[in-house]
Amino acid sequence: MKELKVTPIKDGTVIDHITPGHALKVLHVLRIPESTSSVVSILMNVNGKKGKKDIVKIENRELDPKELDKIALIAPKATINIIREYDVVKKHIVELPTEVVGLTKCSNPTCISNAREPVESRFHVVSRDPLRIKCYYCEREPEDITEGII
Amino acid sequence: MNFKNRDIISIKDFSKEEIEYILEYAKRMVPYANAEKHTTLLNQHILATLFFEPSTRTRLSFESAMHRLGGNVIGFADPSGTSQKKGESLADTIRMADSYSDVIVIRHPQEGAARLAAEFSEVPILNAGDGAGQHPTQCLLDLFTILTEKKKIKGNKVVLLGDLKYGRTVHSLAYALSLFKADLTFVSPETLKMPKEVINECKEFGVEPVSTSNLEKAIKEADVLYATRIQKERFPDAEEYNRVVGSYKVDSALLQQAKKDLIVMHPLPRMVEISPEVDKTEHALYFKQAFNGVPVRMALLSLILGGKKL
Repeated sequence: MKELKVTPIKDGTVIDHITPGHALKVLHVLRIPESTSSVVSILMNVNGKKGKKDIVKIENRELDPKELDKIALIAPKATINIIREYDVVKKHIVELPTEVVGLTKCSNPTCISNAREPVESRFHVVSRDPLRIKCYYCEREPEDITEGII
Repeated sequence: MNFKNRDIISIKDFSKEEIEYILEYAKRMVPYANAEKHTTLLNQHILATLFFEPSTRTRLSFESAMHRLGGNVIGFADPSGTSQKKGESLADTIRMADSYSDVIVIRHPQEGAARLAAEFSEVPILNAGDGAGQHPTQCLLDLFTILTEKKKIKGNKVVLLGDLKYGRTVHSLAYALSLFKADLTFVSPETLKMPKEVINECKEFGVEPVSTSNLEKAIKEADVLYATRIQKERFPDAEEYNRVVGSYKVDSALLQQAKKDLIVMHPLPRMVEISPEVDKTEHALYFKQAFNGVPVRMALLSLILGGKKL
């Protein structure tokens, strides 16, 4: 870790293998800085074994499953390490489900899912790499998925 | 093939074989649709027509189809007299209509409305147009018209003309014609070109559509000319509408350059894009196309309500 110029964290979450340049989007969906007052470290364009990547370290916070799904929308290759007493106690490789429900709004303003109806937004995953999702209701594909994240 | 209780939301929900089956069954419905023969196949069945947006042909032909099958129709053609005006959700309106009928036809200004309706309804939902989204029964009647006039769909050179950006019928039709391997040419003003995702869908079926703004050239080889109205209600601003309305006109002079057996289709209503002088020519198929809505919708109603076969 020395070459990364950031010290290991004692307790919290390390999100590794984020698509380069997407670290700030990950922070946005995790509502950081509003949702935490602990230390957050961001590393961008780090040279990893499989090319460049971003890394985010959040101290004193363990992510819940819904947050993991949201990260999958932005950084489909990310790995999430839960750290306790400097040790990795859990490791998740984010995996996008075949259907994305209630995580991101449809970008089509006249889609019925954006009206006052008792339904959650719902998308089919058309392709994982590059990531493309299609609205179950209006069949449109949002150009920027991160823009609509709820 | 079993269609009983199936929702009809998008043409993309059907396989090629299923579409062929529906079109074949629709042929058998023609003598009942034009009252040469009579049937009570769907007596005791009730169709609810919920039209949140104006419609002439779609609503009337659905109602005619249900009556010709011996069924009954309830519904509204204008939401101003309904609880929607008081702020009722579509989901609640559907739950109510579901308990009054055996099948629901819905037209709504918002994309995805029919898909949502299907979630809240026990009885089957037929999408009669959801905003700029899908209009599967129009697509089926367009295919039926080409099939009955040209005996096959594959290999026909079809020109789609007009508002290819906002027109929902041309999006579904381009998809379906590609499924059947027709040759496609898209003719439109620069600002109303066919969206890239529709072109990509055509390519997925191995069809390479040609996009052009030159109608004179495209018409010479065409077997089918499918013209569409420039829809004022879909434009974000009036200025853009005024710039392109009337940019193409199908008239006798243009048709002199066409093949003798070219058929001219239009989902109607037409405005200025087809001159009335074309009505008298052998090319004009749009009124017959409008009639074809009845046998096609009869076939669908009868298949999804599981009526005995005619």
